[in-house]
Amino acid sequence: MVVKTLIINNQLLTASEDQTILEAAKDAGIDIPTLCHLDGVSDVGACRLCLVEIEGSSKLQPACVTQVQEGMVIQTETEKLQTYRRMAVELLFAEGNHVCAVCVVNGNCQLQDVAVRVGMDHSRFPYQFPQRKVDLSHPQFGMDHNRCILCTRCVRVCDEIEGAHVWDVASRGGQSFIVSGINQPWGDVNACTSCGKCVDACPTGAIFRKGSTVAEMNHDPEKIRFLVTAREQKEWTR
Amino acid sequence: MNLEELLAIQKETKQKRQQKPKQIRCCIASGCLSCGAESVKKSLDNAIKEAHLEQEVEVLGVGCMGICGRGPSIEIDPETTLYHNVTLENIPAIITSLNQTKTSENLPPQGDLNHPFFAYQKLIVRENSGKIDPDNIDDYIAEGGYQQLHHVLLEMTPNDVIKEVTKSGLRGRGGGGYPTGVKWATVAKMPGQQKYVICNADEGDPGAFMDRAVLESDPHRILEGMAIAAYAVGANHGYIYIRAEYPLAIKRLEKAIQQAKRYGLMGSQIFDSPFDFKIDIRVGAGAFVCGEETALIASVEGKRGTPRPRPPYPAESGLWGDPTLINNVETYANIVPIIREGGDWYASIGTENSKGTKVFALTGKIENNGLIEVPMGTSIRTIVEEIGGGVLDQGTVKAVQTGGPSGGCIPAHLLDTPVEYDSLQKLGTIMGSGGMIVMDQDTSMVEIARFYMDFCQEESCGKCIPCRAGTVQLYDLLTKLVERKATQQDLDQLEALCQMVKDTSLCGLGMTAPNPVISTLQYFRDEYVSLLQVT
Ligand SMILES: Cc1cc2nc3c(=O)[nH]c(=O)nc-3n(C[C@H](O)[C@H](O)[C@H](O)COP(=O)(O)O)c2cc1C
Ligand code: SF4
Ligand code: SF4
Ligand code: SF4
Ligand code: FES
Repeated sequence: MVVKTLIINNQLLTASEDQTILEAAKDAGIDIPTLCHLDGVSDVGACRLCLVEIEGSSKLQPACVTQVQEGMVIQTETEKLQTYRRMAVELLFAEGNHVCAVCVVNGNCQLQDVAVRVGMDHSRFPYQFPQRKVDLSHPQFGMDHNRCILCTRCVRVCDEIEGAHVWDVASRGGQSFIVSGINQPWGDVNACTSCGKCVDACPTGAIFRKGSTVAEMNHDPEKIRFLVTAREQKEWTR
Repeated sequence: MNLEELLAIQKETKQKRQQKPKQIRCCIASGCLSCGAESVKKSLDNAIKEAHLEQEVEVLGVGCMGICGRGPSIEIDPETTLYHNVTLENIPAIITSLNQTKTSENLPPQGDLNHPFFAYQKLIVRENSGKIDPDNIDDYIAEGGYQQLHHVLLEMTPNDVIKEVTKSGLRGRGGGGYPTGVKWATVAKMPGQQKYVICNADEGDPGAFMDRAVLESDPHRILEGMAIAAYAVGANHGYIYIRAEYPLAIKRLEKAIQQAKRYGLMGSQIFDSPFDFKIDIRVGAGAFVCGEETALIASVEGKRGTPRPRPPYPAESGLWGDPTLINNVETYANIVPIIREGGDWYASIGTENSKGTKVFALTGKIENNGLIEVPMGTSIRTIVEEIGGGVLDQGTVKAVQTGGPSGGCIPAHLLDTPVEYDSLQKLGTIMGSGGMIVMDQDTSMVEIARFYMDFCQEESCGKCIPCRAGTVQLYDLLTKLVERKATQQDLDQLEALCQMVKDTSLCGLGMTAPNPVISTLQYFRDEYVSLLQVT
């Protein structure tokens, strides 16, 4: 293993050459906000919350898909980055229908956490109030498109870990939405093994376990990482 | 096929064309077809038969002549008489005029080939366009076609080819302007047995039809350019990615590929060299984002066409993870002349950092709509006022939009700017793929900005937040302005959001979507301000 030396927020640290900036920062106790990143599945660099400034590059780079390099000098909390992150979270809240008070994950929501983390208490963008569906056709789980932020964590976990590929993205732009099967009700998709991995992967209240009342629904995204390590390294304890 | 056979076809076809003293060339590219060129050509064919002139007059369907706004166009040789807006009623008069010099009242309007529209152009990419029958490989061979491929395969090393292309200074015509030689060299240097070349014929910019015209007029030019590129980078398989909205171009490409295969100009051991090459066509559903190279590659692989973060670039990991060269149609169309005349010759045309010529689709409120090819460095004023003949109805130019939804507007007082990658960028716009839209005094720049934002919000792939949700909000803010409901605060938010979407989006679509707003704000801010509510 080759070790690289780099500087994040004026802190000198080392990382192994195959690590991303996000992983290296995490190891050093530096928190970079993320939403589309999920330990254990591939990265897509879609939410743009993890963007960082790298000295010598005028473009902001996503920490989740950028490999560390020797001598890199990185800033993760510049004023520009903080402004942009806050705007991104505002855009998300304005785009869907997020009424936290009546949401099953209120208090256990990663979108909420990120909002707090970036200092967002309200959106300065007008709410879109889109007409979106709720799919309760699955016997155990439910899908509320109003809370979906299109991070595609469910898509990736179902495809890459469970191997069922129940989920995908349909349509374009602001019209984009997550589909199950070939745009069927979730309950009608034979490929679904009801493993619940998407429930644990979802950062918001979009995919939930039925019967949970407000603030009852807990996700366990760590479980995904655990499963991957278990399979790869044959470590079966958490 | 060997060189002697190729040269024999060239000679034979030329002789055949010279056998008949007269030739009528009818444009049968999309522009003219859309205003009835097909029936004009059929009627001419029939009229020639009825007049028993088949031995004297050849009627040939050819590609785009450039002056698309006045179709159907025909050209008659050897006098090189050009007729515009030809209708079926004109046909008898045309036939009569073939034998006598007498002019008839019923002749269609005649074009002036000395007009600046033609005189100021320099044809490299379009040199065969409007001259040869795009459905006939022999016509292409008659113009020297496939001789450069032979030359490259038998007399040049891949490195020689790359050197020549590098020397030419050619930069990618798909919008980014990346040096073509450097891109080829990178792909060539990548390790790996399997490599691909891709021709990007997606052409999704509103107002652009350059690539379509090139493909419809001279498809073999692209096949030969791609084969040369494949040889240079070490690929043996090519794909042409083209949108389903271009059925005629697809049909002509398919035919061209078949003909090239039949002649052994595509397939295995071309010209008895060790080089194998085949091309497949991939038809896209017509999404703007699929022109972005990583989205295009995903689409060719049969996946949802969404971009992914780069690096890795396609040169390193492209189609199915293999090194892939991806270039635009016009970029490939420049290759044959560069090999034929040499990189130095090409580099002698144009300016310091922008070599050669550029094809533009000139549209908008302008007298001469159509396709033009000018040397880089030609001023926008020359293009608009001389070639384009100025604004319709004696109007005045307010601005010229270039670069489509990724570009911006050049205001009237900067019309003397030369067409160059860097000079346009300095003005806050880009060369882009070559759409050029002339706007007159009555155009609202805020509405223009809103039009492009509407396009971008619809065409956003939806993958990343700033572009998916940001363009929607930008569009709403612009609507608020147009409806005179916006305040200074909205204008400030518009500007802040433009910057955010530009700086944080994942791919070029989102990164450039705010450009039309930023550029119109730069030159026409008073128009935005005058729409604000007084509070
Ligand atoms: C949203 C978007 C759309 C694009 N559309 C096209 C297109 O239609 N045709 C094209 O050649 N390049 C297009 N490009 C540029 C390509 O990604 C790529 O840079 C180009 O095909 C490379 O060829 P070149 O080096 O010959 O220019 C587009 C880029 C973006 C970001
Ligand atoms: S998903 Fe999270 S942010 Fe959205 S409503 Fe539920 S608790 Fe609130
Ligand atoms: S359902 Fe949940 S995991 Fe899936 S895309 Fe939406 S927010 Fe992400
Ligand atoms: S910038 Fe727009 S088109 Fe590009 S990946 Fe993001 S959402 Fe898709
Ligand atoms: S975590 Fe990196 S872009 Fe979402």
